[in-house]
Amino acid sequence: MNFTLRVWRQNGPAEPGRFEEYPALDIPADASFLEMLDIVNEGLIHKGVEPVQFDHDCREGICGTCSLTIDGVPHGPGRGTTCQLYMRKFQDRDVITIEPFRAAPFPVVRDLAVDRRAFDRIIQSGGFISERTGSAPDANATPIPKPTADFAMDAAACIGCAACAAACPNSSAMLFVSAKIGHLGLLPQGIAEKNRRVLNLVRTMDEEGFGNCSNYYACEAVCPAGIPASFIARMNREYTAASVKEAIGATL
Amino acid sequence: MSLDPKIPAGPLDQKWTHFKNHAKLISPANKRKFKILIVGSGLAGGAAAATLGEQGFNIECFCYQDSPRRAHSIAAQGGINAAKNYQNDGDSVYRLFYDTIKGGDFRSREANVYRLAEVSTSIIDQCVAQGVPFAREYGGLLANRSFGGAQVSRTFYARGQTGQQLLLGTYQALSAQVAAGSVKMFPRTEMLDLVLVDGHAKGIVVRDMVTGEIRSHAGDAVLLCTGGYGNVFYLSTNAKGCNVSATYRAYKRGALFANPCYTQIHPTCIPVSGEYQSKLTLMSESLRNDGRVWAPKRKEDAGKLPQEIPEEARDYFLERKYPSYGNLAPRDISSRSAKEACDEGRGVGPGGLGVYLDFADSINRLTRPVIEERYSNLFEMYENITGENAYERPMRIYPAVHYTMGGLWVDYNLMSNIPGLHVLGEANFSDHGANRLGASALMQGLADGYFVIPYTIGEYLSTQFGKPRPQTTDAAFQQTEREVRGRVQQLLDIKGSRTVDSFHRELGLLIWDKCGMARDRAGLESAIQRIPQLREEFWKTVSVLGKGETFNQSLEKAGRVADFLEFGELMCRDALDREESCGGHFRTEYQTPDGEAVRDDANYHFVSAWRHEGDNVPPTRLKEPLAYEHVKLATRSYK
Repeated sequence: MNFTLRVWRQNGPAEPGRFEEYPALDIPADASFLEMLDIVNEGLIHKGVEPVQFDHDCREGICGTCSLTIDGVPHGPGRGTTCQLYMRKFQDRDVITIEPFRAAPFPVVRDLAVDRRAFDRIIQSGGFISERTGSAPDANATPIPKPTADFAMDAAACIGCAACAAACPNSSAMLFVSAKIGHLGLLPQGIAEKNRRVLNLVRTMDEEGFGNCSNYYACEAVCPAGIPASFIARMNREYTAASVKEAIGATL
Repeated sequence: MSLDPKIPAGPLDQKWTHFKNHAKLISPANKRKFKILIVGSGLAGGAAAATLGEQGFNIECFCYQDSPRRAHSIAAQGGINAAKNYQNDGDSVYRLFYDTIKGGDFRSREANVYRLAEVSTSIIDQCVAQGVPFAREYGGLLANRSFGGAQVSRTFYARGQTGQQLLLGTYQALSAQVAAGSVKMFPRTEMLDLVLVDGHAKGIVVRDMVTGEIRSHAGDAVLLCTGGYGNVFYLSTNAKGCNVSATYRAYKRGALFANPCYTQIHPTCIPVSGEYQSKLTLMSESLRNDGRVWAPKRKEDAGKLPQEIPEEARDYFLERKYPSYGNLAPRDISSRSAKEACDEGRGVGPGGLGVYLDFADSINRLTRPVIEERYSNLFEMYENITGENAYERPMRIYPAVHYTMGGLWVDYNLMSNIPGLHVLGEANFSDHGANRLGASALMQGLADGYFVIPYTIGEYLSTQFGKPRPQTTDAAFQQTEREVRGRVQQLLDIKGSRTVDSFHRELGLLIWDKCGMARDRAGLESAIQRIPQLREEFWKTVSVLGKGETFNQSLEKAGRVADFLEFGELMCRDALDREESCGGHFRTEYQTPDGEAVRDDANYHFVSAWRHEGDNVPPTRLKEPLAYEHVKLATRSYK
């Protein structure tokens, strides 16, 4: 298959970026999107052009590193990550536009690679259950009903790729944050810190410059882990309850 | 030089308890004074950083990924073993220990493996307390599944994403310590060398992958938790960034590399489809709980569609050859059996490099929704990659490089022969012998990080009281930095015409061919001849564009491939030296008439630990005899 790529190139966070056009020729239909870029990069190196820099690692859809906006959609057509997109999804001779994930809190590192440390800082502000190694009770001491465990797992499946924030017109990270709130808040082990967790995470999210949810659900549409937007509603309920408790001086 | 594994005295089942009762403690006031450098943020590194940080040490943790949450532990699918005996099926610490020793073909260290089995139960408690959403039964108790090489159900799992959930638990614990100020995290930072001060590991030289800055970090001890070297094969199930550089650089500084030839080829991966392919995708071993592996009996049927091959013309070769374990035979054995079927011309799919993993019987017995509940994400992944629906036709699978049992030599305290240098997880060699059982990698990574190193590191640190921490301005640091800068500049200055990837591919094919699932003297000798030539070509003709002072992925890759080009030779030398077949190391000269591995316990019941003697000089092999006090050596049979 043959394609024309319009690729975003940018030397660093402070440099201006531009689109460059590269042909992608003789691409096997069974190649993944990233393998197509590998082939194009090999050609560029032979011409003495620096290859296009893009983040990727596991190439099996779980690590959340790959982060391309393809024809305006984070991770492109299909429901998976960029690395799980195969060229047979495209038509021969398509013109494909490739950009980094776009959101103000994710500055471009170079070309298609962005800095997503804002997500790490959100988790650091309380996205965990405080537990000292070696002090845990027996794992079966607290039975957790299967539907509850499964529901928590639905939220815990988030891969932290940040497509949700990149897809959102407001650059909202609420799907990401609500997935963590949902995962930990649903489990009995996470209840003790529930109120403080939701307040801290939401505040950090705001400080990092992510916007608010205005119910577009673009996040849900691009999420490779299939996290439903209903977790945002759950988070809003928890946040409201915790805020009220905080306002009246109740124990958090 | 003698290798002292420092195994505590006493009966096997009391060694660890005895060790803990007498281990050197460090007071809270003194913990604050120590700084520990941890390279890698996967299960082993993340767990060690979180736990040591929580104990009060100052931690600096480094990873090449853009976030510690992305370490490749995340990709483990099937599960984690623990001797909980929640299923009341006769499991015990002893059985997990024995299965692991036997699975490793009696080439691992007894005391380490027993400790691993012992702490396995605490790992599950720890993870549940952190909020890992393991699979549960309707009554709310934890569910288990079976894995290869075991006749009990001791594997805990979270759908097909167990590694992800365990790593996120670790990442969250690590994040809590970052917030508490005890851990400083350095993402997108790659270790390029180890700094020795008076023979002790006291620092590392790193490259900031965003700015290209090369700088040093000094500490009181260094922990390498940098995973395995499977990417020496180019195609593997490892992430693209996984590399041998940290451990190989340490080897070049004097750390011993143990058993590099022990590599694991995983039986159930999606077959290769073309030359452009950049990685192989694993289909979890857990699928073998419900899938039956078969190939056509006759060569002539290999080109037919699976539904055209009647039941009587199918060879369920694992069930036929290993009736008591059947489709759950260990990985090395299952992989070799698949290769044999393909070598006989009975392979299916493109190039005849595949066998079937068939779920039809299980779907009939359990219904499709049950199979979906267990494996839907794997079936989706398979369909996405191959365009085939595995509910309707059997999956095609073929073995692929997955895990490396070899690694830096460590003693019982997880310290290498270099004082202060500790090695955890896949990066060390100690627990899996010549073959790792499924669901044991996650167990070992977390055991080392959460439950072993926090106790054993005191043995070293307690010898360092009152010794001032070296400064990065010291001569040893400056010298190592200069060498690292020189090497980076050398890569950039070659300005040749051949890409880094093309070298990596060529090396990978060579190693797969000569040092893969089956090895022989002639092949290994030819590889040992060819690799130095390839290395020379690399240093003359490789093309690394761009500058050192920027984000430059070609440069990162070039440095890693340069190390693989040296390491590959070491691997082949080890494989040549070990004149027996054991676990993942199968020498075709040493097999029974029906193709089973023949071990040579009289001559090879030892760990090979290789010492670097200089560039382009053959390394020296040292031995650690495996003194088994408890286990009787036996032929490993799964029949």
